[in-house]
Amino acid sequence: MATEFHNLQELRHSASLANKVFIQRDYSEGTTCKFQTKFPSELESRIERTLFEDTVKTLNNYYAEAEKIGGQSYLEGCLACATAYLIFLCMETRYEKVLKKIGKYIQEQNEKIYAPRGLLITDPIERGMRVIEISIYEDRGSSGSSSGSSSVSGSTAR
Amino acid sequence: MKNCEYQQIDPRTLVVSPSSAQKHTEKEAERPRRKWEVFPGKNRFFCGGRIMLARQSGVLPLTLGLIVFTCGLFFGFDCSFLVEHLTVFIPMIAAVLFLFVVISLLWTSFTDPGILPRATPDEAADIEKQINTSGSSTYRPPPRTKEILINQQVVKLKYCFTCKMFRPPRTSHCSLCDNCVERFDHHCPWVGNCVGKRNYRFFYSFIISLSFLTSFIFGCVITHITLRSQICKSLVQAIQESPASVVELVVCFFSIWSILGLSGFHTYLVASNLTTNEDIKGSWSSKRGADESGNPYSHSNIITNCCATLCGPMPPSLIDRRGFVPPDEAIPAASASEIELPLFTAKNDAHMVG
Repeated sequence: MATEFHNLQELRHSASLANKVFIQRDYSEGTTCKFQTKFPSELESRIERTLFEDTVKTLNNYYAEAEKIGGQSYLEGCLACATAYLIFLCMETRYEKVLKKIGKYIQEQNEKIYAPRGLLITDPIERGMRVIEISIYEDRGSSGSSSGSSSVSGSTAR
Repeated sequence: MKNCEYQQIDPRTLVVSPSSAQKHTEKEAERPRRKWEVFPGKNRFFCGGRIMLARQSGVLPLTLGLIVFTCGLFFGFDCSFLVEHLTVFIPMIAAVLFLFVVISLLWTSFTDPGILPRATPDEAADIEKQINTSGSSTYRPPPRTKEILINQQVVKLKYCFTCKMFRPPRTSHCSLCDNCVERFDHHCPWVGNCVGKRNYRFFYSFIISLSFLTSFIFGCVITHITLRSQICKSLVQAIQESPASVVELVVCFFSIWSILGLSGFHTYLVASNLTTNEDIKGSWSSKRGADESGNPYSHSNIITNCCATLCGPMPPSLIDRRGFVPPDEAIPAASASEIELPLFTAKNDAHMVG
């Protein structure tokens, strides 16, 4: 592949941003946070479909866990109400804990899977939980246009 | 060559001499701006972005003043008599209620109601591209709506021209605050803030506890005047001995009607998982004879609806008030490796900010 990067540092130093893909929210089950697993066409030459779908499904599972209405969330809510919500000043909510896990997961995915393919996932929380932004990088050293290098990488990947 | 590393402005063309470059770096280093300082909506921030209010704080000082004033009169003039003749629990209960009311009010006013940050220029461009390719626009731009299915029901999403994105379901743009707010209920002038997804439970606690407080004070003051008039054998004399009670009675009498009505209304909304906005517009009431199933967000069980709205998980604030604005394009090459986002995105952010 022409766009072979070994780590995130190299990605930022020697690559230039070619395009951005936005994975939109999936509202079919209501307002809970869930992203569409439809594979965007711009990534077809860059990453395997299964890897991408795994990432989005894992993220969806994390968000479902954060927003789950069950015993623990009721306990947290009732305790908060009983203390006039002052507990929010000292304690980290379950949602915030899961968001930290999501941040770590995205960093790990970027380092292991996406950066070696010239891609970078932005944490949805930085985009208001509306989209998963995937930045597509091209090797700055390659002189051809982005379509040229992607077709080269496409042919070598197959 | 260093010049080939960046596609945008070469920092050396901006900087005339090494001394001015140093000054520029110093200026950048001493004044990194936080996101609340460049927030595009009409909000005011205090304590370094930790506390936020709508720009028009409405009658929040009046609300707070009325509550503190009435309770102050109660504690000052009525409690001594009631403790003497009834029980010491009366001022204790009143104090607990008063604290709960004030704290809930402050939480409602100062919390981010669920503001959605505006779309980044890249995102907005992507959405524009999708609108133009999907619809046919010949004479004028088609009304920017998108229809989606939520729980097998068709819901229309509208495009927000200010925030440059399709509003998620149940989101509405508040014209007073100039922000899109998730699960927008209404903009409350008494509280000086929008009521949305993140502060609805505080608002509900506020009005419920205020109902209890006003009813309690009303009952206690009536009891006080009744007992006193029994002692003096004259109502007029009782009132003359304790004129503050009349003031409290008047305030409580007029508040009780509105507060109890509001509490009842919001209890109905919570039980059917509706917002004031949806109720006023009649979004889900068009179906006759199936009022609960018309709403795709309802859990079809009153208890679950109440628990989901009031005891659900607390969503995080999406606007990241205390985060730092990504540095703009004119940055020396040495610090490039520390930049989180690529320069291309930073340049767009600068455009959005400016």
